[in-house]
Amino acid sequence: MPINNPNVHLTKLSGAIPAWSGVIKPDDLQPTCQSVSDGGGRLVALWGSDEREQNKGFALHVALVNEKGLICLNVPLPNDLPSYPDISQIFPVANRMQRAAYDLLGIYAHEGHDHRKWLRHAAWHGGSFPLRKDFDAAKSRTEESDAYPFVQVEGQGVHEIAVGPVHAGIIEPGHFRFSVVGEKTLRLEERLGYTHKGIEKRFESMNLQQGAKLAGRVSGDSTVAYAWAYAMAAESIAAVTPPDRALWLRALFLERERIANHLGDLGYLGNDVALSFGFAQFWILKEQLLRNNAALFGHRYLMDKIVPGGVAVALSESDKQTLLEECAMLERDVRLLRGIYDEHAGVQDRFIGAGRIAPKLAAQLGLCGLAGRASSQAWDARVQFPCAPYDKLDVQMATYRNGDVAARVIVRFDELFESLRLQREILANLVHDDILSAPLEKLPAHGFGIGMIEGWRGEVLVAIHTDAQGKLTRVHPHDPSWQNWPALEHAVIGNIVPDFPLINKSFNLSYSGQDL
Amino acid sequence: MYQLIKQIIKTGIKTESPPLPDEALRVDAQRLQEEILHVFGSALNIRHVDAGSCNGCELEIHAVTNAYYNIKGLGIKFVASPRHADMLLVTGPVSRHMATALKRTFDATPEPKLVVAIGDCACDGGIFCSNDGSPDGGSESYASCGKVSNVIPVDVMVSGCPPTPTAILQGILTAISAQK
Repeated sequence: MPINNPNVHLTKLSGAIPAWSGVIKPDDLQPTCQSVSDGGGRLVALWGSDEREQNKGFALHVALVNEKGLICLNVPLPNDLPSYPDISQIFPVANRMQRAAYDLLGIYAHEGHDHRKWLRHAAWHGGSFPLRKDFDAAKSRTEESDAYPFVQVEGQGVHEIAVGPVHAGIIEPGHFRFSVVGEKTLRLEERLGYTHKGIEKRFESMNLQQGAKLAGRVSGDSTVAYAWAYAMAAESIAAVTPPDRALWLRALFLERERIANHLGDLGYLGNDVALSFGFAQFWILKEQLLRNNAALFGHRYLMDKIVPGGVAVALSESDKQTLLEECAMLERDVRLLRGIYDEHAGVQDRFIGAGRIAPKLAAQLGLCGLAGRASSQAWDARVQFPCAPYDKLDVQMATYRNGDVAARVIVRFDELFESLRLQREILANLVHDDILSAPLEKLPAHGFGIGMIEGWRGEVLVAIHTDAQGKLTRVHPHDPSWQNWPALEHAVIGNIVPDFPLINKSFNLSYSGQDL
Repeated sequence: MYQLIKQIIKTGIKTESPPLPDEALRVDAQRLQEEILHVFGSALNIRHVDAGSCNGCELEIHAVTNAYYNIKGLGIKFVASPRHADMLLVTGPVSRHMATALKRTFDATPEPKLVVAIGDCACDGGIFCSNDGSPDGGSESYASCGKVSNVIPVDVMVSGCPPTPTAILQGILTAISAQK
């Protein structure tokens, strides 16, 4: 058992990663979270569901992780008073998730200190909740404006800079409120939710296959990670194991997604410190990889290539050679470019010390993924909970302790080389087999399954609940950006405003993934 | 510095020739006069607006600026403010939370101006926009206004999920080419 608590009875879920689920009473929530936190565990995701049609009221779902695996707690809440004890005192990252759960479902944390809306702006009024089954979109419309109480910083010479939602670059929309003295940032407050397009509600009207496509579009840059996590959740409910070859191909796709995004980020990080040479060079490499994806697999970002039960595309023996040559080219060129970045005084001057999150703060904030690893948070699902085929790959985790932009650059370089090594190993292990997919048309009734994949940004989690007919009744995709956006507010404190784009880029978080 | 210069020389010129305009992408009759388009054709400033996309289209808009497509080499650049822009490049189904910002950005762009909708979602609402269970989507939802033309006028639509950099470039070039 992952936790020792006489009040918590967990059952192991079938599937590719170690995961348990169990029903607990609201009163047991805080002690359970506290014991997981004391043992070095973290909060991964928090969401709610409307189970009134099954006469079960509402439910809060909390996914925790410790060294044993994932722990999914189901907390039933009554119809008339759907409230639960606040856990943001234990896990600060719970704050925005709890507020989002209220905006979408009307379940709330009592004792909490921050009850401001989070995902809701002015698209629906505060008394209606989109993820309730009896939600009426027409009656939820409102003419009220979107007022949001930002925290005000006062003092001599303090002024605010409001940025967004439309930003200066080619990036997603969000609002940043800086409180500054001169050039120095005293406080940054984020206001997200601009790209909220009702993804979770949309899942509820889809079948399993349509849902796989939607999962691949929660955050386009992580399409492989989401599609795999979704498939893993579905396969866990149906107790289906994809064929070996499909699993090796999924790992190949995931590592290619990681390589592509790291190449792109390394280019932009050079660009943001005025080394446009870096952008030009890294994006030539990225483009070559994307073109190989299109030629070999039929899509530049590998969208819809992972399906529940397996994969939708194979790799021929002759095409392996193309990928091996690409590996050799990337290894040679990236090594050379790393030397140039390392020895460029101007670049290092901007990278080192900028946007620092010390390991202790990172642990408190539950920082995850590559940003977490750059601040000594040694979590990588491929290492701790290696689902097949990672159990045969011995992934070397890249960690660094400085927690600044330079550290996030170093972790990207290290992970890029590791992914190239993994790609070679995967290609060597990729046996020929005609079967690419196990049959998986429909899910069993009243099922619950969970999938977690270490995407390039961090851990991507997808949870699926099915109803009495085996249809998708609730799907919750969780992006690691939920964890890391609040940390960005800390990273910029004391830095000058012009360094914000650089610091922001070094995290490169998803707006769409957290706005849903 | 020696390594850097050596790498630049070794890389050479990667830029490929741009695609030709495609009249099929044009939505409405020409909104702008030919003389103006002639001017736009030699120097164009674009303001990108993500109105609610999954960020897939943004990846490809970034790619348009890489050395292979080299959009800057055609006299086209992305600018930081709609005040400086001749064209809006809009992605995503328009989320209700972005509708006001998109309208304001459009209003802040000086006339004459062009709008190019990028990606399936911007063209017809895409996968996100229907709660009625129909697989093709297309209508609105509690959170989404659907296609871009539901909110601001659109000159050219580029479909694809996401559209390739060549398709995006072709859409932009179609918008600034005089109608045949």
